[in-house]
Amino acid sequence: MDALLFMIFAAIAVVCGISLVLQTHPISSALSLVGVMGALAALYLLLGGEFIAAAQLIVYAGAIMVLFVFVIMLLNAGTEHKSRKSPWAKYGGIPLLVAFLGVVAYLLGNTMPAAEAVRFGEFTHGTALDIGRALFTTYLLPFEVTSVLILIAILGAIVLARKEID
Amino acid sequence: MPPLPFPPTVPLSWYLILSAILFTLGVAGFLFRRNIITVFMSIELMLNAVNLSFITFSYKLKQVDGHIFSFFVMVVAAAEAAVGLAIILTVFKNRQTLEIDELSSLKN
Repeated sequence: MDALLFMIFAAIAVVCGISLVLQTHPISSALSLVGVMGALAALYLLLGGEFIAAAQLIVYAGAIMVLFVFVIMLLNAGTEHKSRKSPWAKYGGIPLLVAFLGVVAYLLGNTMPAAEAVRFGEFTHGTALDIGRALFTTYLLPFEVTSVLILIAILGAIVLARKEID
Repeated sequence: MPPLPFPPTVPLSWYLILSAILFTLGVAGFLFRRNIITVFMSIELMLNAVNLSFITFSYKLKQVDGHIFSFFVMVVAAAEAAVGLAIILTVFKNRQTLEIDELSSLKN
């Protein structure tokens, strides 16, 4: 059952990822990205990350992607043109990417023990209780710094969106 | 129930390889797409792939630290999306284009 669920959601994630790269309209790409994020949330659940799965759906697939779709529609972004000015990316990109993926997959297949299987329910420390406890004891300072970062980001976004640059 | 054509569980490395595939797709989108918003979305895809790696290693080590890390990655991605989209809005307001080939003022 675990393997079946992994296959289904991994296939959804990969197909949506390929669709993100191949679609020419930004809205199609954005919806593909929502598909990737939803499938990844299911995979987090399989790995025992309840809190992160919920946060993935709410923050990523919900808030961030709404922001993206909102900007795409606000700017009325249309289909992109096929203007290729860089021959390097065109001819060198795909072989390099395939080589990168091959090297990473080879290293992972060699270094990770193949017998170690993922079983649903074996890792139960991903609940909101455990995350909250770690966040407010061990990682209290990074958490507070993050709130400052968010505040700066809000101020920066407001300033940038208001400013009229001549 | 008939036996499945594959084992009932998957090895840990498959999750990591899926993460690598998604990261590579993100890099491909970053390199080949010409719309600045889609390039930005490819960056989000790469961040998601790295998050999957964090959660997988958290499972392997039986520690919650990877979850905390991917939580922070999410927060930073949210902040980055807010600021980045504001920058895109400003660029569009001034240049009336979203094609990254035409936004080459910093070149040379």
